[in-house]
Amino acid sequence: MIRRKFIKAAGLGLATSLIGTGAMAQDDMRIALVVKALGIGFFEAAAKGAEEAAQELGGVEIIYTGPTDTTAEGQIEVINSLIAQGVDAIAISANDPDALVPALKKAMQRGITVISWDSGVAPEGRQMHLNPSSNPLIGNMIIKLAADHLPDGGEVAVLSASATATNQNIWIEEMNKVMGNYPGIEVVATVYGDDLADKSYREAQGLMQSHPDLDAIIAPTSVGIVAAAQAVEDAGKAGQINVTGLGLPSEMAGAIESGASKSFAIWNPIDLGYSAAMIAHALATEAATAEPGAAIPMGRMGSVTLDDTNSGAMADPFVYDSSNIDAFKSIF
Amino acid sequence: MIKSLTTSREVLLFAAIAVLLGLIATRFPGFVAPSNLADVFNDTSPLILLAIGQMIVILTKCIDLSVAANLALTGMVVAMINVAMPGVPVAVILVIAVGLGTLLGMINGLLVWKLDIPPIVVTLGTMTIFRGIIFLLSDGKWVNSHEMSATFKAFPRAEFLGLPVLSWTAILAVIVFTIVMTRTTLGRAFYAVGGNAHAATYTGINVGKTQFWAFTISGALAGLTGYLWVSRYAVAYVDIASGFELDVVAACVIGGVSIAGGLGSIGGALLGALFLGVIKNALPVINISPFWQLAISGSAIIIAVAVNARANREKGRIILKSAEQAA
Repeated sequence: MIRRKFIKAAGLGLATSLIGTGAMAQDDMRIALVVKALGIGFFEAAAKGAEEAAQELGGVEIIYTGPTDTTAEGQIEVINSLIAQGVDAIAISANDPDALVPALKKAMQRGITVISWDSGVAPEGRQMHLNPSSNPLIGNMIIKLAADHLPDGGEVAVLSASATATNQNIWIEEMNKVMGNYPGIEVVATVYGDDLADKSYREAQGLMQSHPDLDAIIAPTSVGIVAAAQAVEDAGKAGQINVTGLGLPSEMAGAIESGASKSFAIWNPIDLGYSAAMIAHALATEAATAEPGAAIPMGRMGSVTLDDTNSGAMADPFVYDSSNIDAFKSIF
Repeated sequence: MIKSLTTSREVLLFAAIAVLLGLIATRFPGFVAPSNLADVFNDTSPLILLAIGQMIVILTKCIDLSVAANLALTGMVVAMINVAMPGVPVAVILVIAVGLGTLLGMINGLLVWKLDIPPIVVTLGTMTIFRGIIFLLSDGKWVNSHEMSATFKAFPRAEFLGLPVLSWTAILAVIVFTIVMTRTTLGRAFYAVGGNAHAATYTGINVGKTQFWAFTISGALAGLTGYLWVSRYAVAYVDIASGFELDVVAACVIGGVSIAGGLGSIGGALLGALFLGVIKNALPVINISPFWQLAISGSAIIIAVAVNARANREKGRIILKSAEQAA
């Protein structure tokens, strides 16, 4: 099986070198947006953003593609066929950081611009990686979400995943670093719901009991934020205690509706697709170069500055509230 | 003789819970307020329901590790039915939940009865299969609270005589199964099969069939809890209640249900579940480092079981001594 795929890949590679010149002759720049799998709302929205970028740029064709299931093998086949088609740029959200490297290296050898976004590829397999956000931006955003609704200050508590969860711990650490910018806001407790709905619910109940003056619960985890919102709603404290943090619009729509959550944040897939397409275009036209310290323009999203590993953060997580939740809850 | 022993064990556990509550009250007095205790009971209700089923299975010298997966699968199915057909009344949803749970329990029971596969292997297998089926059904997606109908979510929360329906369901199950276990032939057969399978066979009890019924009851209760769980937390996804089967087994063991079979009572399972429920609800409010919480709940289980094991130690009776002397 592997052997056959290898031969097939080699054959496709040969075909590319033969037809490569023909494809180059095309006027439109073709940017392939390769996603983890087709049919996922998040990526469909990213494709919408990429189309928006294409219209803005003009003369750009977006090829939205990906395997039918989230496997690295499927993506390798897709990459090989894109090489064969002689696209100008590939922007990929990878199913595996390492397995895709050989195929993407081959694409770069053929002069194709390769960037990864959302879910990254190892540095040798891409020119740059676009993170949706960064740990400091997320840490700042989660406390800002709570503080924005507490102009006179107040008590907030953090409901995290497990006590050893790396992501959450880094975000909470980053949050603590910027606490000085939010005077009057006091973090009274940090509890752990282990990403279990029932334990998170119980922890949220416990927070309400042991801190009767609690104003907000910050849950930087999608299971925790939903469970905490339900606990607040069941306790009849919707509107009194604001549950916020990181969550998905489809999962949080009910909490926004009930008033248990005023707002929450997560990356905006439309912006992400838009930025990925903008960057791919800038690199492919050599308007910018991917190197440490470089600032690459992303149209309406500003610009991204690359670090030592050639990766950069797009923006603050996007805030969802009652004004935009209906538009996004069916997307992801 | 045995009856007096079980009562004393339950009294012991009841006292342990009282001491525990007293200790918690020294750190957080609000915990023992009647309204909060009612909340704790309500929160523990799913555990009580599952512990009753598990106790019956353990009585017959089996174990059911698939209860939490059964709960999750039934919960996902009823949630998806609710999303597809929001008009389906809660009564029908309840029938579907119990029916599907029963069916899943019967699968366990049949494999144990007809194919004679060890129960731990069967239920470990079905546990994974059930979780896998949820993934296939849902495509790994969540069913979220805004997709569920209001009536679907309201049922376990509805108040009746000051307590939510969820609590009443647990109370009702305790009463019904106390009667079943002490007053019916099937109930006594569970004890007989676990106490001495050979003797049970000689008295005309079909051991395999009795175990089958034990799994069926456990499945039915898991199915019922599946709906209650999903509507209470207003969310359904593949991993809900993951690892909960171990809490259920722990509740039984704390409640004095002997893993060797044949020994245990509904009252014991109820108290075992409450013991765990009190710990789970108290840990978040008494301000203990999360790193200690796991160790504390683990130690509480071991202490409870150690105390129980001492109480359980029944002196062996030599029934042939008189015959020997006579010879």
